[in-house]
Amino acid sequence: MIALQRRASPSRLMGYLAPVLALGCTLVAGLILFALLGVPVGLAFHAYFIEPISSVYGLSELAVKATPLVIIGVALSIGFRAQVWNIGAEGQLILGGITGAAVGLFFYEVDSWYVLPLMILASVLGGMVWAGVPALLKTRLGVNEILTSLMLTYVAALLLSWLVAGPMRDPDGFNFPESRLFHDAALLPRIVDGTRLHLGAVIALGIVVAGWLLLSRTLLGFALRVNGMAPKAGAHAGFSQTRLVWIALLMGGGCAGLAGLFEVAGPIGQLLPSISPGYGFTAIIVAFLGRLHPVGVLVAALIMALSYLGGESAQITLNLPLAVTGVFQGMLLFFLLAADVLINYSFVWTRKATQQVESL
Amino acid sequence: MSISLFLKRVSLIAGTALVSAAALSAQAADPVKVGFVYVGPVGDHGWTYRHDIGRQAIDAALGDKVETSYIESVAEGADAERVIRKLASSGHDLIFTTSFGYMNPTIKVAKDFPDVKFEHATGYKRAENVSTYGARFYEGRAVIGTMAGMMTKTNTIGYIASFPIPEVVRGINAFTIAMRKVNPDAEVKVVWVNSWYDPGKEADAAKALIDQGADIVTQHTDSPAPLQVAEERGVMGFGQASDMIAFAPKAQLTSIIDDWDQYYIDRTQAVLDGTWESQDTWDGIASGMVAFPEYSADVPEDVKAAAEVIREGIVDGTLHPFQGPILDQAGTEILASGEVLDDQALLGMNYYVQGVQGDLPK
Amino acid sequence: MNETLILTVLTIITAATPLVYAAIGELVVERSGVLNLGVEGMMLSGAVCSFATAHYTGSASLGILAGMLAGMLMALLFAFLTLTLQSSQVATGLALTLFGIGLTALIGQPLVGIAFGGLPSLDVPYLSQLPVVGPLLFSHDILVYGSFALVAAVAWFLNRSRAGLILRSIGDSHDAAHALGLRVIRVRYLATLFGGACAGIGGTYLSMVYTPMWVENMSAGRGWIALALVVFSIWQPGRLLLGAYLFGGISILQLHAQALGINVPAQLMSMLPYVTTILVLVLISRDRGRIQRNAPASIGQSFHPTT
Repeated sequence: MIALQRRASPSRLMGYLAPVLALGCTLVAGLILFALLGVPVGLAFHAYFIEPISSVYGLSELAVKATPLVIIGVALSIGFRAQVWNIGAEGQLILGGITGAAVGLFFYEVDSWYVLPLMILASVLGGMVWAGVPALLKTRLGVNEILTSLMLTYVAALLLSWLVAGPMRDPDGFNFPESRLFHDAALLPRIVDGTRLHLGAVIALGIVVAGWLLLSRTLLGFALRVNGMAPKAGAHAGFSQTRLVWIALLMGGGCAGLAGLFEVAGPIGQLLPSISPGYGFTAIIVAFLGRLHPVGVLVAALIMALSYLGGESAQITLNLPLAVTGVFQGMLLFFLLAADVLINYSFVWTRKATQQVESL
Repeated sequence: MSISLFLKRVSLIAGTALVSAAALSAQAADPVKVGFVYVGPVGDHGWTYRHDIGRQAIDAALGDKVETSYIESVAEGADAERVIRKLASSGHDLIFTTSFGYMNPTIKVAKDFPDVKFEHATGYKRAENVSTYGARFYEGRAVIGTMAGMMTKTNTIGYIASFPIPEVVRGINAFTIAMRKVNPDAEVKVVWVNSWYDPGKEADAAKALIDQGADIVTQHTDSPAPLQVAEERGVMGFGQASDMIAFAPKAQLTSIIDDWDQYYIDRTQAVLDGTWESQDTWDGIASGMVAFPEYSADVPEDVKAAAEVIREGIVDGTLHPFQGPILDQAGTEILASGEVLDDQALLGMNYYVQGVQGDLPK
Repeated sequence: MNETLILTVLTIITAATPLVYAAIGELVVERSGVLNLGVEGMMLSGAVCSFATAHYTGSASLGILAGMLAGMLMALLFAFLTLTLQSSQVATGLALTLFGIGLTALIGQPLVGIAFGGLPSLDVPYLSQLPVVGPLLFSHDILVYGSFALVAAVAWFLNRSRAGLILRSIGDSHDAAHALGLRVIRVRYLATLFGGACAGIGGTYLSMVYTPMWVENMSAGRGWIALALVVFSIWQPGRLLLGAYLFGGISILQLHAQALGINVPAQLMSMLPYVTTILVLVLISRDRGRIQRNAPASIGQSFHPTT
């Protein structure tokens, strides 16, 4: 009988091998899936993994798609380490988009350097306010943040829907629910001509570095990690639990708000009734896929973004319905998540379930 | 900047892959490639489902001469531009973007691909290579409004609406005006569900309206759920987008069908013939874009006759659903007798007419 | 007016029942120390499989059974990944939802546009004829009665039975429970499967009773609401029932308010169920000690017996 045995220390080798193994398993499972559906396997893999990134434009789009996932994923992973379950980043993203856009529209036609920084500031504050509500309720009343952050996501989406249909509607837009197109000073500068790669992508990389420094080099990072592993020990060491909850949620909210602004002032260029296809939720997967490490989050976000782009290619070139992409994406995630077991455990053969090793 | 340098280097490497991909597509360059961008899943049995039926009609009608593809559930936002660009750059000759939210991305991409033809549904921005098209569904609403006005016994009609946008408001008003012409005492109650597509919520809204006295429900949302409720509660209703008779064999009086088939075939044929030109199409019952299935057997003869009068009047142009006098909710005349609202006024409609209860959410 | 009131209550019951099923299952799962965010995916698989089975076999009971099994199958996948292979519960649950949306859309392709008769209501003889009480209490379909029975059974199980005590102690501290010789993994497997079965029935209710049809992604976020309701209930079955009916009730009442012509933007009216749930939770959250006693302490954490 196969059983799992905990390694004396996490295997570095497996840390790198596990994802490779997972990709291998996905290829095999994909082979079976596509064969069952009667799709040429070679073409399918080409569509999913090669075609989307076989041009400069494709690569830039990969970065555009990954940017919000990286920004939110890094912040969430820090919060998750402290066992703060902010699953409402989507709502915080929407709020950031709203407040950032509001500033941009307020300064409509004002052609000055300060417009964009003000928008960025507003978006971060907007996201923080939306995350501050769960923080306040959690620290003051002990209300679980899973419920509050999730419920506030729906409220944010409805708020956006109301604002673009009413107060923030384009005055020349025939009453259709969308804002004006932002003027140039309210748009993020593009990095590469002919692509949509914007300043946000660079900032996202900066956030990865900052997150890494925070976790590995600062006392706050240490406190967050300790709180996650052993809250009581943390309290003994003088780390305030309340403060950590606030920090984790505000960081998540601020980053999500920033990501929201980067969407509306980046690739979209105006406020629409929906500004995110669920980046706030996908970022949760990305955070764990990246093993709650900022650099891991970066890699995971790119993989996740590629799977979305690949899904679009597969629909165009092979007429594969989106449902197949969902299934394929799910398998990829399952394999990636499961393969990480090899870092801390090894498989061993046992004759019988013993007291030490519970049978599987 | 160093990133762009890096990207250039990567593009050199990727270049080889591009060449092989280009060779691959060159073999199949013969048929006209038609691409569709959908806002929902093809399995929604509503808006997107009908567009996909239209896509299949192209395949059926033009066979080997065309090749169609689609991308479903494309969020209106950052993703739309990439998807449209992807279709344009992968050899598609004609691209239909089937939701209002795709307007600005369509225009943006069209600028970069002057040889590709674009068709944007329900928008108002056009270009040399961008047409717009839409259907005057409000004409259909005038027909069913007439039927509802004649058949209601409680003088209360329930209207399940999605989002307060001009398209939906126009439908409510067209319905109400027609209804009041045959029954000045009837009123329309509107419930907004803030979704195009949530069967449960649509059903709940239908129940709430019926509980408040509506004996006919109609909807501007996608699923057959409200009709199912009508069937169960023994009241009447109208189908939306498709013929929904399977879901409500007794309750459905008729249905307003979105029929894009002929338009899609014609526009693709125009590309095949080289006669495609940018235009603004807003067709209704006359062209068949707005269609009806058979009236249900329960519709009395006089109601059928009255509905036919409206339908035929709209077809031959003697009747316009927004013909004066039109009164606003307070009873003030907003359009004098004999006048007709022009398309501009219809396009941005953001008020209720007399006969609709409650205030328009703004 | 009396009749309107009765009908409104019936509508609320229909709206709340799928939430009750999905949430009561998740409550047991979480009480055992497992956080499965894949409720939405499990509900959808229950919805499509029950509908398909009922449609092809013509048997509603087989449909319900299939919905239950489909939910359990998805839960088994989750349990294998998180409990055996120790993958992250939060991420795996989210992945399960992604996977479920795709898989059900694929399976359901031939089912779009097909109508189904729905479940017959089981009128209790004589009693269902009573005025007011009859329609309110004695003429529902079997799944509505089942939801109340299930909540009662879970309440009894958690608070009164030995097995329930074991489950709770495992949720509170798997290490201590393991030291006592309890089979942590086995119990968590069973709890997760139970949660899957319940979510599957919740989905079944959607596609067979609430709106008897299949359309893609028809649960429209109800799995997420169920998750929030578990937190709302502070992991107590009775309060979960309260939460589901509060949420369902406000959702329906705001539609009625709109139909009456209340002058508030519809988007703001639609916020009401979410805002009310938060507010009510805040109001009843005064007793922090009780929250801490009920909240499973080891929720979301992986467990391996050799640690």
